[in-house]
Amino acid sequence: MKKRRNYNLILGLALTCAMVGLIVMGWLWTPFDPNAMDPASRLQSPSLTHLLGTDNFGRDIFSRVLQGAGATFLIGVAVVLIGGVCGVLIGGFCGYYGGWLDDLLMRSADIITAFPSILLALVIISLIGAGKYRIIIALGVLFIPSFSRLVRGEVARCKSQEYVANARLMGAKDLRVLFVHILPNTFPVLLSSLAIGFNNAVLAEASMSYLGIGVQPPDPSLGRMLSEAQTYFFSAPWYALSAGCAIVLLILGVGLIADGLGGRRRRDRA
Amino acid sequence: MQNAKRIFVLSLCLLLVLAFSACRNNDGDTPEGDAKAGGEITVGIAADLDSSLDPHKSSGAAGTREVLFNVFEGLVKPDTDGNLVPAVASSYVINDEGDQFTFTLREGVKFHNGDPVTAEDVVWSVSRAAGLDTGTPIVNGLDSIASVEATDDSTVVITLKEPNIEFLAYLTVAILPAGYEQQDTAPIGTGPFKFVSRSAQENIILERFEDYWGEPALLDKVTFKIIEDGSALVMALQSGAVDLCAHLTSSQCAELGNMDILQGTMNLVQALYLNNADAPFNDVKVRQALCYAIDKQQIIDMTSDGAGVPLGSSMYPAFGKYFMDELTDYYPYDPDKAKELLAEAGYDESHPLSFTITVPSNYTPHVDAAQIMVDQLSKVGVNAKMEQVEWATWYSDVYQGRKFQSTVCGMDASTMTARAMLERFNSASPKDFINFVNASYDDAFNRAISAKDEDSQLQAYQECMTILTEQAANVYVQDLADLVAINPALTGYRFYPLYVMDLSGVGFRE
Repeated sequence: MKKRRNYNLILGLALTCAMVGLIVMGWLWTPFDPNAMDPASRLQSPSLTHLLGTDNFGRDIFSRVLQGAGATFLIGVAVVLIGGVCGVLIGGFCGYYGGWLDDLLMRSADIITAFPSILLALVIISLIGAGKYRIIIALGVLFIPSFSRLVRGEVARCKSQEYVANARLMGAKDLRVLFVHILPNTFPVLLSSLAIGFNNAVLAEASMSYLGIGVQPPDPSLGRMLSEAQTYFFSAPWYALSAGCAIVLLILGVGLIADGLGGRRRRDRA
Repeated sequence: MQNAKRIFVLSLCLLLVLAFSACRNNDGDTPEGDAKAGGEITVGIAADLDSSLDPHKSSGAAGTREVLFNVFEGLVKPDTDGNLVPAVASSYVINDEGDQFTFTLREGVKFHNGDPVTAEDVVWSVSRAAGLDTGTPIVNGLDSIASVEATDDSTVVITLKEPNIEFLAYLTVAILPAGYEQQDTAPIGTGPFKFVSRSAQENIILERFEDYWGEPALLDKVTFKIIEDGSALVMALQSGAVDLCAHLTSSQCAELGNMDILQGTMNLVQALYLNNADAPFNDVKVRQALCYAIDKQQIIDMTSDGAGVPLGSSMYPAFGKYFMDELTDYYPYDPDKAKELLAEAGYDESHPLSFTITVPSNYTPHVDAAQIMVDQLSKVGVNAKMEQVEWATWYSDVYQGRKFQSTVCGMDASTMTARAMLERFNSASPKDFINFVNASYDDAFNRAISAKDEDSQLQAYQECMTILTEQAANVYVQDLADLVAINPALTGYRFYPLYVMDLSGVGFRE
């Protein structure tokens, strides 16, 4: 049987690689200093000098999009890492051992997921203060329940499978069974949900920065730029569009990857 | 949630752009026409009012005073030129020593509850504000009153402890009905508008007072709507949900093709206010270095297309003779000099000066100015970090709690006196939020407020302003351009040399 090509995955990988390439470029080099103001060139439309035009302080939007996307990307990755690692640990143990701790942690996760995540993040931010790193902590904590629940379910499902029983019979310790035998089997599900989680984190960061509690000015982040650009929607539409499109592309790429991974898994199982 | 709402509004705006982009007109000139009575409008304001609407207590926040200007009046009140004209009083006489004011009350002045204003009300109000019974004045500057008495039904005599030639300006203090205790929540005054209702964080509604003694207001009803987010405010103006809004930035106005834009000055001192008590700003060299490092003109050009007025001390040009233009360029923009001073203070590239600028996030002009400052400071190797806080947090932590390193905000005068502007740097003043302590300043200030003639007073005040500049108490920037967006169907908005918003003359065109 001829294997159908997974266009979602290919397209997603290509788009994400391109975006990550641009982001890495932004860390190493930008055409202009993203925070350097130039009173002589305020709100210029896109040109060869300023590929995406300039903002109200005369800052080069292309440079700011590069750096802003970098900040947003980093926050997204860090949030998914925190949420993913803690989620895998909590979910793994809960799923494997069960018992009252499982009940307690999973009910706590239910409580956290019962509230809108932005609202909870706002509460955390009002307690610990705004800023780039605090946003990572706030969002990271909020992303733990969804991952831990997912991993718990998968681990609980795998626990009763024969290969686990075999491993046990061969004398493997609990930790080895859990991390070496069971966990790799949750990866197909985990990977695509990590990708979706990344997208949610990017959107959450954008919303937080948009509300003024994320990345603090003058440093750029995509959400922050969108919020600033809003005032100039009519006189400088390229400003809002640049930031908006960058968010869309970043999310689209990773979203397609998630979709592609999900599709492959479905086919593999079939 | 708010975010979802914003996205909704944003997408709605996008639709509107597509639909109406061809229909924008941007002529901007205002044809003259007489206003007619009637109608209601919505006015956008950037911050909620004080928790108390009592005009004696809430004199702290300019945004509150600005709105309450329509509800309350004193014995005298300021006009558009900054002169004091009789209001609740119809005339006054000052004795030759300058320590006794005799007011004749105006006939037929009524409170919003319908009661006529009596001499008893006036005595009660002034005594309350001056704290004659409690010993602690509620309103700053009224502590110089020795006694208030009614000599007959329509005459009130106010005697001062010592002559004070500026004192009349303080008698703009609101006259309230005697014994009325609900001013905090249901204020009653004598102004052209009466208070109807207030919903915290949402709006405050005023209605025309039909029995006003003077020219009655034109509008039937005014709703002050609190919109803390600058972009949301612009959208509300674009959509016509708000008819009038003051204190906009030039970039905000550039988006408002559907509105008439009026330009005045805001009458406040925008500066990078520095906490003089704590490191690093307890070192005058650091403060001066910042003054050299900040390019005021660039800030003015970027935030208001050059419409603001650069300042060099805590005084703005509407004060006329008190304003000292020579102080404006005391610290010309000079990055090299700034670096030199910083080096003397012990900061260099390996050990750079770092500090935080706290900014109230709802005031776009201050947020923008702070961003530009961060950029300018980075050019002299100073590492300034911005932190945006909500207005309520700013007011409690920075202004009242004095827990800050530096902040960008605007300071105004509650009355048209130099004292109102300069008292906040007197070390004894509870309003000295920058913790400025300077013996020669206190001395000059005390000489000014007890001066017997205008010349020596002016001299002492000028001494105060000069000290503020020389000591670089704050990094003074500008008196912001006050851009007012107004529905083209409305006319009659007037600018004052104070931070107030007078709506009594505003009405729809014939």
